[in-house]
Amino acid sequence: MASSEPIVKFHAVSKRYGKGPLVLDGINLEMAPGDFVSFIGPSGCGKSTVLKLVAGLNPWTTGEVSVAGTTPRRARDRQAFIFQDATLLPWLTTQQNVELPLKLRGAPVPERVAKAREMLELVGLDKVSAYYPRQLSGGMKMRVSLARALTLAPQLLLLDEPFGALDEMTRFRLNEELLALRTNSSFTAMFVTHSVAEAVFLSNRIVVMSANPGRFHAEVRVDFPYPRRAELRERPEFQSKVNEVSHLLHQVEEAVRA
Amino acid sequence: MKKVPPIMLWVLPLLSGLLFVAIWYGVRLGSGLQSWILPTPMEILEAAWRERARLLAAAGNTAWGAFGGFLLAAIMGFLTSLLLGVSKSLRSGLYPWLLVLQMTPVIVLTPIIVLWAGPGMPGIITVTWLISYFPIVVNTTQGLLSTDMNHVALFRMCNASRWQEMIYLRVPSAMPFFLAGLRIAATLAPIGAIFGEYMVGNSSGGSGGLGFLVYSYNTQIKIPALFATGLTSCLLGFVFVAAVALLNWAVLHQWHDSFERNEH
Repeated sequence: MASSEPIVKFHAVSKRYGKGPLVLDGINLEMAPGDFVSFIGPSGCGKSTVLKLVAGLNPWTTGEVSVAGTTPRRARDRQAFIFQDATLLPWLTTQQNVELPLKLRGAPVPERVAKAREMLELVGLDKVSAYYPRQLSGGMKMRVSLARALTLAPQLLLLDEPFGALDEMTRFRLNEELLALRTNSSFTAMFVTHSVAEAVFLSNRIVVMSANPGRFHAEVRVDFPYPRRAELRERPEFQSKVNEVSHLLHQVEEAVRA
Repeated sequence: MKKVPPIMLWVLPLLSGLLFVAIWYGVRLGSGLQSWILPTPMEILEAAWRERARLLAAAGNTAWGAFGGFLLAAIMGFLTSLLLGVSKSLRSGLYPWLLVLQMTPVIVLTPIIVLWAGPGMPGIITVTWLISYFPIVVNTTQGLLSTDMNHVALFRMCNASRWQEMIYLRVPSAMPFFLAGLRIAATLAPIGAIFGEYMVGNSSGGSGGLGFLVYSYNTQIKIPALFATGLTSCLLGFVFVAAVALLNWAVLHQWHDSFERNEH
């Protein structure tokens, strides 16, 4: 990166929906290019809202959010959003689904066909390109969703509990694949999850949030070098990181209950 | 629900049909009613055979009227829904008047339509259109407005224009709703055409439809033939419904969950 200017910056941001209670309060965040930041916390802590503000899907109430030095909306073409369900269009084949962002951008047909094929190969799904989404398993759908998001080579990938509905085996494998994809297209990532182990495995920074209103409770740095492999999960230092984050999460959840 | 073996899907309606016919004969024989009040199924079939040329020609005419009105309703219904789907103010501005149109009984409107459009095909098509238009509009508009919010967010993230969102997202996701509207309209269209013909009387060129036959058989007290006309209308209705079911299958079977093979 030419400059070390933050790719995502929150300055004293708060958010409420309509006249409702504060969802986010006093959020400050700076993300450097290449960061992989996970957000974890009890439900209702506003972690998904953080992503939506960055995506420009919702406005914030006070403070300032900037993405790549500009407003979230203007920076949209540098971002991609991955939702909890794969949000594939059921009437399009796998191939057509992956082509969609390029199609909407008006890319010529040969270009988008080739690019989609390349991305499907990258996630190991080139053999099912003619299938419709309902013929795919949950894990496959999520891979297609990843492939689709990466067609536009985003600088910033926003992932809202993307693997939450998958079984643990599939989730582990997709975690590994997600990191592998990052060696090719070096995106910065914001990742919302409920799983501490997932957050520790993927991120170099973990933000633990508290609820009502959503605040940043603590930040944990995870310094295991990339590329990370599956074996990392079995190492004691991984386990102690998981314990550290779990401990913080317990503090937060007790505060919610109190 | 307990699973019904596939063969029973044929056997059961056949059994209930046979039972119904048996009761029919029983009532006829037991009551001593005459043929011109309650003809037997056999007498109806005989009448149908005797009148086959007129019935077939009439069914053909009715089919054209019904098809014309149905097509018009499908096209106009779709376009109206696009208008209603695009803008909330158009929706609130137009919807009450669509309701007024639907609430006014067709039986009141038909003489007015005949007065304006004249007797014959134009009037019949207009009546058919009137009766099948509303369910298509309501269903399709509902479909255009029930797009998955995450899909909309996906399109926003891709900086899609409203136009792209409409044709690549809202219209395809409304397809099952549109087709459901067509299915209802397909049952209504032949009824609309026959009703139109009945009200219009003899249509142009001296060849009437089934509705005209109803009128003429009734005045001639040819009751078995009247029943036979009912049977023919029913068959025509089935053709319409089957055609739309086929269209529904062709559009949806590859991707829509309603065609999911039950493997669990």
